[in-house]
Amino acid sequence: MRELLLCPPNYYGIEYEINPWMSRARGAEAALAQKQWEQLHARLSKLDCKVHLITPQPGLPDMVFTANAGLTVGRKFIPSNFRHKERAGEQPFFAKWMEKRGYEVRWLSENLYFEGEGDALFGGDVLFCGYKFRSDIQSHRAVADVLGCLVISAELVDPRFYHLDTCFCPLPDGAAFWFPLAFDDYGQRAIREHVADLIDVSPEEAMHFSCNAVVLERDIVLPEGAPQLVTKLQDRGYRCHELPMSEFIKAGGACKCLTMFMPQREETGDR
Amino acid sequence: MFSETIELRGHIIDSLILPKVLDQILTHGANFKIAEIKIGQKRADQSFARIEVSAETSEALDGLILRLRQHGAEVVERANAQLAGAPADGVCPRDFYVTTNQQTFVRFGDQEIEVRPAMMNSAIALDRKKSSARAVKFFDVNKGEEIVVGHQGVRVVPVQRSTSHTDLFQFINTIVDADEPKSAIIRELGQELRRARAAKGKIAIVAGPPIVQTGAGQHLVRLIESRYVDRLFAGNPFAAYDVERALYGTSSGMSPDLAFARAGHENHLRAINTIREAGGISAAVHQKILTQGVMHACVRRNVDIVLTGAIRDEGPIPGVTTDVIEAQKVMRTKLADVTHVMLLATVQHSLAVASMLAPTVKTVCVDIDPSAVERAVEHQPLQSIGLVTDVEPFLRELADYLRESRVSE
Repeated sequence: MRELLLCPPNYYGIEYEINPWMSRARGAEAALAQKQWEQLHARLSKLDCKVHLITPQPGLPDMVFTANAGLTVGRKFIPSNFRHKERAGEQPFFAKWMEKRGYEVRWLSENLYFEGEGDALFGGDVLFCGYKFRSDIQSHRAVADVLGCLVISAELVDPRFYHLDTCFCPLPDGAAFWFPLAFDDYGQRAIREHVADLIDVSPEEAMHFSCNAVVLERDIVLPEGAPQLVTKLQDRGYRCHELPMSEFIKAGGACKCLTMFMPQREETGDR
Repeated sequence: MFSETIELRGHIIDSLILPKVLDQILTHGANFKIAEIKIGQKRADQSFARIEVSAETSEALDGLILRLRQHGAEVVERANAQLAGAPADGVCPRDFYVTTNQQTFVRFGDQEIEVRPAMMNSAIALDRKKSSARAVKFFDVNKGEEIVVGHQGVRVVPVQRSTSHTDLFQFINTIVDADEPKSAIIRELGQELRRARAAKGKIAIVAGPPIVQTGAGQHLVRLIESRYVDRLFAGNPFAAYDVERALYGTSSGMSPDLAFARAGHENHLRAINTIREAGGISAAVHQKILTQGVMHACVRRNVDIVLTGAIRDEGPIPGVTTDVIEAQKVMRTKLADVTHVMLLATVQHSLAVASMLAPTVKTVCVDIDPSAVERAVEHQPLQSIGLVTDVEPFLRELADYLRESRVSE
């Protein structure tokens, strides 16, 4: 059974602006955000998985986005090194929490920016990684050293899609859905080379963060607002669970950003 | 040119990071050379590439490197060149770096300094104050001058092979043997000379005595008259034979027009004597003593004549530089702006000139001796062709081909 890590949105709010979605002037509605998170939590809990919760911390409003805590593979946990100092304070809480649960914490050199599962998603045995806005490509190499797997590094070029999980979502059958224009030409080509079956998401639906989905075998939990994508996924036999995510999209996150897999994948590689 | 060495590591092949970095280098007007590449064997293996990046200005290079860093490029710190003082005038420190004729840079301080001129078989003298590096011959070395020793901090940038499919020089070390057809290549050479002319290139001829002896002088005259020659390099004998032929119809006593020689060796010495008496070749032309031949055409068409001497010379003819060190200096100066050279039927002179050429100079060597052609072509491996043939048919065919394209005066 898959295990997930979530963080209740007790302290969530837009207190700074570190991506084009964030606007302190507009802000997020706390009560609605709480409700949307609870809907996500409830939906995931009903699916075939076990949900863990980490205690939220005051002053760390984005801790709710647990995907950026780090990357878990087998019993190894690679904590993030956040690019923005506003989020750097989250790192010790996540690392301690994982360590306490018996995960081997593998720190990256502190000069390498890496934002965990937000920029690192397995498609089969290949780890797809995004770089430029948040993670450095150098961190991909370090992750490859730790995990001993093939890492495909793709450059992100649209600041609205600043993490890989905002524009790319691998599926268990080897396919993936994605918003190709979020990547540069080489990134697009590299992904096409390694994913035989790619479902393109339209720009309008991509703007609803529809790629930011939690995939649990045949169940896909994604933000509402992507009817075309949902139809395509249903045609392939997936059950889609569409949830309102407006208050988190205001911070540049949705279902997947609010979730970290423990682990995302079992042990990899030959080393 | 300014350069840095970068390294890329990781899954740079599968992620297309290597082609991306190389493309970015080119699209930013810079160049690269892959110094080392190791490609992972297994799927999870990482790859490695060390790449030398060079750009016209240091600003362009810095800007580019900054971009490449974003894609994971790491700059390799480079060591300074090692220096030692020259122990005496004309003597280099032991272990001094010996130059090639390729573009060369010396790393010192935070700078890459280009060695000028690109000159083969020289030492490199570094002037810290002026941040300049000079290729120096022994006679140019002053006691105490700082000379580069060892190979550290020295970078050589070989000339890239021409990739144009229309270019005569696209193949490495092309030698056309005696039993192979030459007309097509002579026509292509003619086109190349036309292009050179149109682009204000400088064409030099290195002429050996067989040109006169085989009766090919008249064809060389046609090239000169058609303005396809800017400089003429020759030894004293070539000039003497040419003058003898002009004055007496013979060269070294033999007439190319007759099956057997009538006059003797004295024609050769009398011809030299006549020019000495006139005060030189140019003077003889102006006094209408010398009215035909290659030398005459050169004077008429203002072609620079660079004559150098040898031990066996008779005379010499006035204007021949007999001091070898001085001759080297003069030849180097006169070759500095040359873009095309034809080495015709002279082994020693051809090799001397070839050793002084910048690597970009396009070179054609024509000699009946295959080993002479091979040796000359070796000096310019990427920009030369050789033809093993008697020089007379070569010059005749080339002059015929170019006859239609005479450049107006």
